[in-house]
Amino acid sequence: MYILKLLLRNAFRHKLRTALTILSITIAILAFGLLRTFISAWYAGAEASSASRLVTRNAISLIFPLPLSYKDKIRQIDGVKLVAGGRWFAGIYIDEKNFFANYAIDAKNYLALYPEFIFPPDQKAAFLADRRACCVGRKLIERYRWRIGDIITLKGTLFPGTWGFVLRGIYDGRDTSTDERLFFFHWDYLNESLKKTAPRRADQVGWYVVEVQDPNRAAEVAQAIDRTFENSLAETLTETERAFFLSFVSMAGAIIVAIQLVSFVVIIIIIAVTANTMAMTARERIGEYAVFKTLGYRGWRIAGMIIGESLLITMIGCLFGIALTPPAAQVLGKIIGTYFRAFQVDMATIYIDIGTALLVGLLAAIVPTWRAVKIRIADGLRRIG
Amino acid sequence: MRIPLSYSFRNLWTRRLTTALTISGMALVVFVFAAIIMLAEGLEKTLVETGSYDNVVVVRKGSNSEVMSWVTRYQASIIETLPEAVIGDDGKPFLAKEMVVLITLPKRGTNIPSNVVIRGIGASSLALRPQVRLIAGRMPRPGLSEIIAGRSIAERFRGGGIGEIIRFGMRDWMVVGTFDAGSTGFSSEIWGDADQLMQAFRRTVYSSVIFKLRDPADFERVKEWIGTDPRLSLEANRESRFYAEQSEDMARFLRILGTTLTIIFSLGAVIGAMITMYSAVATRTAEIGTMRAIGFERISILGAFIVEALLLGLIGGCVGLFLASFLQLLTISTINFQTFSELAFSFTLTVSTVWKSLVFALTMGFAGGVLPAIRASRMNIVESLRAS
Repeated sequence: MYILKLLLRNAFRHKLRTALTILSITIAILAFGLLRTFISAWYAGAEASSASRLVTRNAISLIFPLPLSYKDKIRQIDGVKLVAGGRWFAGIYIDEKNFFANYAIDAKNYLALYPEFIFPPDQKAAFLADRRACCVGRKLIERYRWRIGDIITLKGTLFPGTWGFVLRGIYDGRDTSTDERLFFFHWDYLNESLKKTAPRRADQVGWYVVEVQDPNRAAEVAQAIDRTFENSLAETLTETERAFFLSFVSMAGAIIVAIQLVSFVVIIIIIAVTANTMAMTARERIGEYAVFKTLGYRGWRIAGMIIGESLLITMIGCLFGIALTPPAAQVLGKIIGTYFRAFQVDMATIYIDIGTALLVGLLAAIVPTWRAVKIRIADGLRRIG
Repeated sequence: MRIPLSYSFRNLWTRRLTTALTISGMALVVFVFAAIIMLAEGLEKTLVETGSYDNVVVVRKGSNSEVMSWVTRYQASIIETLPEAVIGDDGKPFLAKEMVVLITLPKRGTNIPSNVVIRGIGASSLALRPQVRLIAGRMPRPGLSEIIAGRSIAERFRGGGIGEIIRFGMRDWMVVGTFDAGSTGFSSEIWGDADQLMQAFRRTVYSSVIFKLRDPADFERVKEWIGTDPRLSLEANRESRFYAEQSEDMARFLRILGTTLTIIFSLGAVIGAMITMYSAVATRTAEIGTMRAIGFERISILGAFIVEALLLGLIGGCVGLFLASFLQLLTISTINFQTFSELAFSFTLTVSTVWKSLVFALTMGFAGGVLPAIRASRMNIVESLRAS
């Protein structure tokens, strides 16, 4: 208790300096926490994926479609419960800045495959009954203020023309990680139009989502699907939904690595700032340390005092930083949340924050401690200022 | 009377550890600041240099990348008749009908797959792009399953080297050459005979038609003509503009990310400088009193401390830039979300980045030093002399 009081008194001897140091640690911990949240938001798609879902796509690359006939062939494979096709539509709402994902889906089966999209029952029925209907997630509704019955017009990029859809359903995510920024409409609607305008591009599907009966057999079923279409014009690549999302994330790997590196840089910056404070503190108190030594205090006690003070300052800053991270993440989520499905601070981030702060406190105290412990009593007493 | 510059400099030197720590904090912030600007510039430079000013790319209306576009053989042959294109020695126009698709290839070492642009070329494709040079092997022969790979592909992707084989479209394709296109987007592509590739991918349409204008000033007229011909529903773009636009979103994303990060980080560094400068003022109270007593004015004292803080910033900025300049040796390869394909580019240090970083560093130094300097200049002579 006595020790803690001494540490506190010592730490706040220079109120302004300590307050500034704490402020800079708070900012750094906050920035570090937000960067980590940003990175985990990137992986949110993979986290939200189900173990029982597989994605089958063209083995050459995603831009090549698969024939419609594959649907029935996949359904016949042992272990497959449900199959639904989807196609990337790449429509633009008014302007390219209003980006959101829009898919043409095999509506009935697709929604059955994704029980985490929760609809009011009447809206789901209305969506399924109307071929021109579309349904969207809650976050898009919040962003564009659409209402049920509105006609939403998308400008096609892959499929030329302007396409009108009637909003029939709004879904909420079952989990916080569920993507609420998607726009779905009927694949049939797209296909019927294509049959008239570009018959060569009709009856094609971008990818199939496959639900397996037993998640433990997922790998086996995936192989069976790919084997079925081996040496055909459209060979397939089937992987779990998680692997599918991770392959997108890994494509942007360089950027994620850069953000991770940058989040370490901010740690080094606070080490420098804190070490500076401790160095100044220790230099000013060299005379006192010499007095302590004269009184018979051993080197390790003096070391304990400096390290303790350093840790105290960093931990106070760290606590402020941790307390501020969730509200800041919420504000940031509001601003850029439309690009990420979930923007949430997880517990791991907080543990890493605390660990980092401890490390910073220890590292910052090394040089000052070494100097204070090494100094000879006579030199310490002789020194002024 | 002014206080000499060496006074400020020596003050920093006397307290080396503190100075070094403060400078290293600032240097890191400048490093991050410069690095992100260099990344955005490198990306832009790569895609701006990809296109030539007097080349015209014709794609389907509304498509912002060649992968999304298609041009039928019929439409392509109409464009072939345009009189504005340069005529080559063989009497044929300098025009290439190309097909561009993406294929998934695993990277060397990590085996992580990524999307690579594969371009089916015509006889004039190489001549239309003077920046592309064959550095090893030979060009693919028309009618054979042969391809050549850009330098970044040959180095980074499995099967990209000469003599290696890549399998796609139910065929084995032999890599017979490597080409270098400098720091342009073409270095991240694979080229092969357009007709062979179209057959392999079961495509009947080209992606784009590229030709060179006899007179670059003709562009507006050609654009008008192609845009309004009812048979075409295509649009003409200057090649330089076309590729530059593909970097806009990504560069903007990098810039926003970079500015937000550096503003937050700079707060930390400014506070570091402030701590240092406040303690510099506090430990020198008696000294400041003495100087005032000798006859130095308040404004000189203010100036001396601000100069000291600016020196901290300047040295920090130089160290940060020095470190960042080594990044130019690195090549980053990532997916460009606008085209959905792999693109290799390097950090690029431009004069404007150097200026921006130095101004930024000086601003940080000033922001950290101004309050302590004001405190120093306001000190009362008698009280400060009594302080020691």
